[in-house]
This record gives sequence, structure tokens and C-alpha cells, in this order.
Amino acid sequence: MSKFEPSPSLPAPISTIGPIAWVRKNLFSSIANTAVTLFCIYLLSVIIPPILEWAFFNADWSGTTEADCSKDGACWVFIGAWFNQLIYGDYPIDQQWRINIVLFALLAIISMQYLLPDDKKKTIGLYSFIAFPFVAMAILYGGFLGLEVVDNNYWGGFTLNIFLATGGILMALPIGVFWALGRRSDMPLIRIPSIISIEVFRGVPLITILFMGSVMLPLFFSAGTEIDKLLRAFIMITLFQSAYMAEVIRGGLQAIPQGQYEAADALGLGYWQKMYLIILPQALKISIPNIVNTFIALFKDTTLVLIIGLFEILSVSNNALQNSKWLGGHHIEGYVFVALMFWVCCFIMSRISVSIEEKLNTGHKR
Amino acid sequence: MDTQNQPKNEDSIVLTGLNKWYGNFHVLKNINFTVKKGERIVICGPSGSGKSTMIRCINRLEEFQKGSLVVDGVAMNEDIKNIESIRREVGMVFQHFNLFPHLTILENLTLGPIWVKKMAKREAEEIGMKYLERVKIPDQANKFPGQLSGGQQQRVAIARSLCMSPKIMLFDEPTSALDPEMIKEVLDVMVELADEGMTMLCVTHEMGFAKTVADRVIFMDAGEIVEENKPEPFFNNPQSDRLQLFLSQILQH
Repeated sequence: MSKFEPSPSLPAPISTIGPIAWVRKNLFSSIANTAVTLFCIYLLSVIIPPILEWAFFNADWSGTTEADCSKDGACWVFIGAWFNQLIYGDYPIDQQWRINIVLFALLAIISMQYLLPDDKKKTIGLYSFIAFPFVAMAILYGGFLGLEVVDNNYWGGFTLNIFLATGGILMALPIGVFWALGRRSDMPLIRIPSIISIEVFRGVPLITILFMGSVMLPLFFSAGTEIDKLLRAFIMITLFQSAYMAEVIRGGLQAIPQGQYEAADALGLGYWQKMYLIILPQALKISIPNIVNTFIALFKDTTLVLIIGLFEILSVSNNALQNSKWLGGHHIEGYVFVALMFWVCCFIMSRISVSIEEKLNTGHKR
Repeated sequence: MDTQNQPKNEDSIVLTGLNKWYGNFHVLKNINFTVKKGERIVICGPSGSGKSTMIRCINRLEEFQKGSLVVDGVAMNEDIKNIESIRREVGMVFQHFNLFPHLTILENLTLGPIWVKKMAKREAEEIGMKYLERVKIPDQANKFPGQLSGGQQQRVAIARSLCMSPKIMLFDEPTSALDPEMIKEVLDVMVELADEGMTMLCVTHEMGFAKTVADRVIFMDAGEIVEENKPEPFFNNPQSDRLQLFLSQILQH
């Protein structure tokens, strides 16, 4: 009996693969499709050239004062002149290298996750993420090793948004995990307070919570202790995000099949072992899109601290627009710049999340 | 309490007057039986008869409200410490395998020994590879569960339980979720295990396995044990009507 030989595989016909085939299939496959494609091309031709003219061709790129702004296009001179405040706030210019060091350290910690070998990654990553907020605060505030003290009121600009968000994220994830586990606990003494606190922080607008923090937190400490405005904002933002994160993680925990809990129990694992080794890794992995979503929302929410008098990038931009030396009405440039800064950072976060998901994809579905 | 009911030394599992309710639903009614060390018991019955529930009580994945359950000399009650120490001695194989998908096969096997028995990693890996060879798939050690077939996954699940060196093995319909051509490879492993003298309780519909391996076969229906016998009289001379009906239904093919 002859051995089974499968027929040879042939290459696909040319007209079905490659860029020409893609264009035919996706843009011009039917009359309706072709009509929509042509209409979109027309729309783009109407919208894009004026934008390009305003933003690039007629724009003013060099100069230092209002006088250098012609009225034709965007006046990026405005952004250039205010750039330092937009990014660093009122932090003394000769001390801004400290902010740069902290930013660089953050980038280094994140890139380590991509560059280090697997076994070192977890431990080094964990310690560095935990230590980072404290080290960052210490460097930025100063007062040791000859570093001049810079009062928190001078921090501002986009770096303030970044630090509030990063610190908030680093704290919200572990707090959210414990909160979620507490909410699912069998013991009423743990479960009921968890539910109540989650619903309080979720049900009240962040602005209200920031105000409450400004007014109420000092009451919890003895009279006369001045709690740093920045610290108050940070605590409130973190608690707000932790409540959202707790619900996100609870969703992930519910998505884990009961059999995983049972298999862990049957092996004799204790509760915390079961959570740490089996359940949380899977729950966090499933929740990654949701978690990153919450982070991105937190990042944008940091603009709200302008309400309690901290000068993050949006408030710097608003101040700049009202400055008497720059009354040419550069609102569009200001908001476009702020939007661009946020968009770039949020986009980077999304791409990091996609790469994490791909790396963790071990063919989950059985 | 009369001495007749005291658990004897050779008794592995003793259920006395066990009753369980889900809310108001009486799911286990007055279960009484004893498993001696080294015995192989097969439990069969229609679905909903409570067979899975009963064996899940043995490692306390389910709790019972009335009666007593003594496993390996330890009374199963509310005490947490007892439960975890019992679970170390009782291995369980599930219908849907329940391997940990985010860990490699070898990590699945070494998890219990490392974290529960506090073994060193190298020693745990040696034991893991030994049992992986026992179930005839040592080359799959570094793959993830999602990359294996159902039959292979179930064999890994059996190896995972064996790595803990249990005294008792519970099988909850281990082949019910498998394609027919994979059932044999899993049953072969279970037969080998039985031949080595492992105390086994197996809920299954594989009657061929029951005839080959079982010391006793138990038939459950509607939460109670209806009939219990050695395989030969059980299959060839069923006493109760319900068992006769059940056997006529499942022995068609």
C-alpha cells in the first residue's frame, strides 16, 4: 500500500494578494463602496489642505514676542515662548534638571521591562515601581545632599500631570486589587465596608472629591498640620481611581472559571497563594484593556487639579492666553498643543498595553 | 457510639449519614459507605444524581450540613487547617482538566510541591518530569496547556495530582470531555495507577473501566446510593429496577 502523499501546495493567484488586491477588495469592491471611497477622498481634499496651511505652511515658527505673530496661520511662537512653563510650571529653571532625571528614571524603569531577561524582570520591576514615587518625591522636593528645597507650589506644567498620573497609577492598582478582593470576601465585616467605600468614591464627581480633599483631609489630622496641597490632590485622585480599578479587577476575577479556583483549592493552596499564583495573574491579564482605559482616563483627569490651584498644563495654557503680552487670541494653538501632548502620551500607553497583551498571549482559551 | 461505626485503621474514607442541601433542595440523602485503603470504587448514575457532589465533599469543595465524613482518620468539619492538610493527601482530577493556562506544563506540575510542600525547585522539577514520563508526554514539559490536546491535558492533570503523592485520588468524570480516540490513553493511565494500589474513587460512565479495575461499583440516583456491589454481580445481576433501567440505557453502545 503506497504511503499517503498530500498534494503539493500551489501559490495563490496574483490578483488575490498584494496591495492592488487590497485596494480592489476594500475600497472598490461594489458600486456603493466605490461611491463612499470617492466621497471620502473628496472630503479629505477639502479638509486637509486648509489644516496643513494653517498648521505648517503659513505658520510662524521663529520669534519671541507677539509682534512676530502674523495673522495668517498658527503662531507657534506663542507655544515656544511659553514652552518652559507649559512643561515645568514655575519650577526654578536652574533646578529643572532634577525633573528631567526623574522623567528619565521613569523611562528607564519602563524600558527595563522590555530589555531585561525574564527572571530578573519581575523582581527588579516590582522594587523599582514601588520605590519610584518616593524617590521621585524626594528628588523633586529636595532638602538633602545639597539639593535645594523647592516648594511644591512651584511644580506645574505637563510634568505635574505626568507625575500625578504615574503616582496615582502605581498606587491605584494594588489598592484596587485589595479593594476588589475585599468586596468579594465572605466575611461581612470586610465586604460591606468595601462595597460602601467603592460606591462612595465612584458615585461622586472627581471635582467634588478634590474639593472635599482640600477641605476635609486637614480635619483628620491634628489642628495646625498643614497638609501639602499637592499631597491632598494626589491622595484624592488615587482613591478615586482605586475605586474604578477595584471594579475593573472584580470583573476580571468574575471572568475566571470556577474550575481554576477549585483546582487551586484541590492542590491544597491557601487563599493568598491561590490569589497570587493562579487567580490574579489571569484576572489582571484579562483586564488589561480595561485597566489601561482607566489609566488613560486618570491621566486626563489630572487636569482637574487646576480647580484647587495646582498649575498643570491646561491652567498654564489658560494663564498664558490671558497674559497681557500675548493678546493675539492664540486659543487654538494653545489647546492644540495641550491636546497633542496628551494624545501622544495616551497613544504610547495604548501601544505598551497592546505589546503586553501580545506577550502574555499563551493560547488562553481552554 | 457503637464500635461498629468507629472508623478503623484500614478505612480511608468513611461517610456516615451524610446529607447535603442546596438551599431547600436535598441533593445528598443519607449517604453511608466506607472506602478501604487501596480500594478502587467506581460511582455511576444518571446526571443530577449527586455523584459529583458526593466526591467533592471528600476534599471539601462542597460542604455538607448533616452527618459525618472522616478522611484518612481526620473528621472533616469547619476547621480550616484540617481542610488544607487533607487536600494535600487527596488528589482530584476534573472533567474539564482545570490546568493553569498561564503556566507551562512543568510549572503546573511543580506548583503544588513548591508552594504547598515547600520543596526546592530542582527537586520539584525532578518529580514533575518523573510523572510526566509516567503519563508518556515528557516532551511537552515547556509548552502551555492551550497547545496540548484534550487527552494530553487530562494526563497532565493526573500527573499534577500525583506530584503531591496523595493517598487518595478522586476522578470526577475524567473522560467525559474528551474525543473518543483520546479516552483510551487517559483510561490506560488510570488502570496503571489502580494496579499500583492507589485508593481511587472514580465517577465515570466508562463501564469497561469499571469492569476491569473496580473493586466495587456504586449506583446513585436522586441523591442516594441505590445499589453497591462487586463489578461482576453489579453488571450481570442488578438487583434494583432503577439500576436495571440505567444499565439497559447505557450499555447500548
